[in-house]
Amino acid sequence: MTEKIESAIQSSREIADFNSLTPKGLMNLSVQNLWSLNEKEILTVQAHFRSLKRNPTRAEMETIAQSWSEHCRHKTFKSPIRYQEGSKTVLIKNLFEETIARATRQTKKPWCLSVFKDNAGIVSFGSKGKWALAFKVETHNHPCAIEPKGGAETGLGGVIRDVLAAGLGAKPVLSTNVFCVAPPNKKLPLPASALSAERILRGLVAGVRDYGNRMGIPTAAGGLYFDDGYALNPLVFVGCVGVLPAQAVKKEIRPGDLIVAAGGFTGKDGLHGATFSSANLNGDDHSTAVQIGHPLNEKRVMEALLKARDQKLYRSVTDCGAGGFSSAVTEMADIVGARVSLDKEILKASDMEPWEIWVSESQERMVFAVPPSNLKAFEKVFADEGVKIRVIGEFVKTGRIEVSWNGQNLVNLSLKFLNNGLPIEEKKAVYNPVKPSESRAPHQSKPLPEQLKEILSHLNVCSREWLIRQYDHEVQGGTVIKPLQGARHDGPGDACVIWPQAATRDTSDLSGFTIGHGLNPSSGKLDPYLMAWLCADEALRNILCVGADISRAAFLDNFCWGNPENPQVLGSLVRAALGCRDASLGFQVPFISGKDSLYNESKDAFGKTISVPGTLLISSIAPIPNIEKAITMDMKGPGNSLYMVGQTGEDMGGSLYNELNGISGGVVPRVDARCAKRNFAAVSKAISKGLVASAHDLSEGGLLAAVTEMAFSGEFGAMIDLDAIPKQKPIYSTDVLLFSETPSRILLEVKPESEAAFIKCVKGSCVKKIGTSIANPIIKIIGLDGLVLFEESVAPFKAAWQRTVLS
Amino acid sequence: MKAPKVLILSAPGTNCAVETSNAFSDLGARPEIVGLHLFKEKRVRLLDYDIFVLPGGFSYGDEISAGKILAAQVKLHIGDIKNFIRMGRPVIGICNGFQVLVKAGILPFSPSCEQSASLISNDSGRFENRWVHLRINTQNPSLFFKGLPEMIELPVAHGEGKLVLRSPKQLEDLKRNRSIAMQYVSDDGKIAPYPANPNGSVFNIAALTNPEGNCLGMMPHPERYTKNYQHPNWTRQTFQKQAFGLAILKNAVDYCRG
Repeated sequence: MTEKIESAIQSSREIADFNSLTPKGLMNLSVQNLWSLNEKEILTVQAHFRSLKRNPTRAEMETIAQSWSEHCRHKTFKSPIRYQEGSKTVLIKNLFEETIARATRQTKKPWCLSVFKDNAGIVSFGSKGKWALAFKVETHNHPCAIEPKGGAETGLGGVIRDVLAAGLGAKPVLSTNVFCVAPPNKKLPLPASALSAERILRGLVAGVRDYGNRMGIPTAAGGLYFDDGYALNPLVFVGCVGVLPAQAVKKEIRPGDLIVAAGGFTGKDGLHGATFSSANLNGDDHSTAVQIGHPLNEKRVMEALLKARDQKLYRSVTDCGAGGFSSAVTEMADIVGARVSLDKEILKASDMEPWEIWVSESQERMVFAVPPSNLKAFEKVFADEGVKIRVIGEFVKTGRIEVSWNGQNLVNLSLKFLNNGLPIEEKKAVYNPVKPSESRAPHQSKPLPEQLKEILSHLNVCSREWLIRQYDHEVQGGTVIKPLQGARHDGPGDACVIWPQAATRDTSDLSGFTIGHGLNPSSGKLDPYLMAWLCADEALRNILCVGADISRAAFLDNFCWGNPENPQVLGSLVRAALGCRDASLGFQVPFISGKDSLYNESKDAFGKTISVPGTLLISSIAPIPNIEKAITMDMKGPGNSLYMVGQTGEDMGGSLYNELNGISGGVVPRVDARCAKRNFAAVSKAISKGLVASAHDLSEGGLLAAVTEMAFSGEFGAMIDLDAIPKQKPIYSTDVLLFSETPSRILLEVKPESEAAFIKCVKGSCVKKIGTSIANPIIKIIGLDGLVLFEESVAPFKAAWQRTVLS
Repeated sequence: MKAPKVLILSAPGTNCAVETSNAFSDLGARPEIVGLHLFKEKRVRLLDYDIFVLPGGFSYGDEISAGKILAAQVKLHIGDIKNFIRMGRPVIGICNGFQVLVKAGILPFSPSCEQSASLISNDSGRFENRWVHLRINTQNPSLFFKGLPEMIELPVAHGEGKLVLRSPKQLEDLKRNRSIAMQYVSDDGKIAPYPANPNGSVFNIAALTNPEGNCLGMMPHPERYTKNYQHPNWTRQTFQKQAFGLAILKNAVDYCRG
């Protein structure tokens, strides 16, 4: 006990001479303690405490550091930026407000129930508007670089808790993930501390499998992307969708409500996660910053939370993520105030300092605001699931955060200072446009079958079956369109469809939903603005192909960039954000939630700083009013018409064809929003009327890859006439027609009996018949000269697509 | 007759209780998801119910080995299960529930409830989720398979589904007392190795019953095939099949209705 009191004194003791330290001394302190506060910030803190005429305590400094971290505050997105593009300079007052948030406001969608403020974005759902969907995607990059399996587990655990804490709690019905890693079959100059790409990828998959499967949440709709730029800093996006009653969206805090912690106990694991993830990774040991996941604990909390929600036993909830209790309680207290006593918290380690209890990020913990009269019932619900709850304080109308331990005051800070005290710093951003270069044709074009095989077996295209099957993607019995589709259940589906019967418990309600992802870092290297458009377009195309109601689609953004102190890096980020704004307005699809992860850079074996390619992930979600109308991508039969949606352009910049043929530069495709929006609406309507047998979007590898995939998944063949393809301008290169990745294009299969109605339905949009499906499983392409350009059996191409580096 | 009461056991880590319950509701039965703690507190009695279901999941995180801890808990707190089976009432253990029944010594059936077999890690060394072809043993007297065709499809999703037996003689006993309920087969109905057999199970066994056929343990998930559109191929025009999972559960409900 004497030891414990000793450490309480340490935490509560003021940092001697803090107020008289020089800027240099303050910065030393910030670096030593992993606070990640910059000079201006720590000077602001000093000025605050000078005005109070006392030094801060260790616990107070930790609270401020967590609260002001990039991770919690998104400083880059919310600071003024002087943005220079070519010869023009503009001042952006608040990047987030002026791009993404503004676009969402302007789209004015009444079905958006909560955007950007809660732990997840929430939209209305279900036939009678009785339900709502909460969707959140976030990154977990830094921990996964050090310990991939643990990182993936805790990342997934965290985003599940975000959904559990959306509104008064949503039942998770789908979890999803996108991994960006280096190609495992390539030797790259890694420093001694870095893990190999294969080890990272296998670790990530094992983490999602072992955590997600145990949670009983289907894992599907994922993505995997390879690029050398991710060798040192893999990117790990984890997402979760939950269903909650529409009337459980609102949360509130009343003074007198108890602050109750539930779930895992508090340990030394996960100290400084928030500040650590706001720093560059450089080989130093940050092992205490990465946590260990325990899915059974989270599962118990989940079950208890949902029961307590239905019994209306609490008024607000949030998860304990980055910054631990410090962030969670401060966030909930908002402007009210909180008085916390850490004595009752149950600890995993006996040698914890009180400030460590306050900021520890130990997993599977959540914080509730419980009216005192409900405490007994609340405790019983949790006890039934084997979860111990701890009352750690109460909300009080003081406008302050006060924390004590064993009678010692650790923290006494005004919320006004904590919430508004962060100094605003103008940042500088520069974007130098890359001049679109003419892409050179390869000296000698390879034979088409060889090109197609190279595309289908490319790491970014080939089958992901080895990984998808390790995830339980059918638990809850609602995965009505599965990630792998076709006659043998092994074709590349564009999206999956979830019918959340396990959440609604109403099997007569056939409402479902689908999600998709758009990611295109290779075009971002040429123009981040256009990349944002391409991501948005791909995210919509994917969900459209299974029959989404595209008029109800919503976006989520995730930005992963390098060091924003570098004006070039920030410039490219700004340009991507402007692209998000314009794409959102162009498609009239609002953003409902988003995250950013910056400082994704490290030093390689030669000491050179390598930053990830600016990577934007746009995720989409949309309802499908009747799941019986959903469709898949596999060809359904012979003698059906194949229709191309959208026009093809001569825009090979960033395409897989260019990469495989060693062509650099080129024109990055542009999305024609007006045209795409009209086409997408027509396709969405045609599918909902049951007029389309299958749909597959044209992405990496273009038309030839898409039609081959449809054919081998359905075990049929196809005949395509290149002359019939709708073109933006005359195109004379067959390679462009076959491999162009012009966005907004989809291939549809329509049965003869539906054709008349289909044509009527899509009237006025750019949808044109380009071929037919045939019984013989071959792909036959008629060239522009009317001669057969390509005639090959599909089987070897399926084999090429299924040949993967990892298995 | 009144709608049969179905007890669906829930323990920490149980995942598939709700969809199982939905299926029984759709069949007109009265399902209740009952937490194990209610047995510990003696607030429920198994014999008040007509059907007992141990659903899928990862009970207690499958720590030690799949279903092991819950098996011990069932033996300790739900001793009535032996009487329940003896009275001829239907019991279904699905996936983790099958693992529990095997580790509690209830299947393969032994009067002393001694564990004589196990479900261990798949030969592939990892969790796998996919649809399999199954052949129902027409010799099996079970109430669960009335009206079903010999060949059906259902999804499996497990990491520890490989049935191992104590001895070759035990397999002969199981054959003789007609306890083998379902086997993994290829799409043309033949006993075949991986991937037709997803886990390397002995004699491709996917499901077992007691000799009377009222206690069924199966690795595949019937509750995931209760509607047409849960089948991976429902969007294809060649698809015309009944939801076999629901048919299995319906047989249990119909049996209780008499």
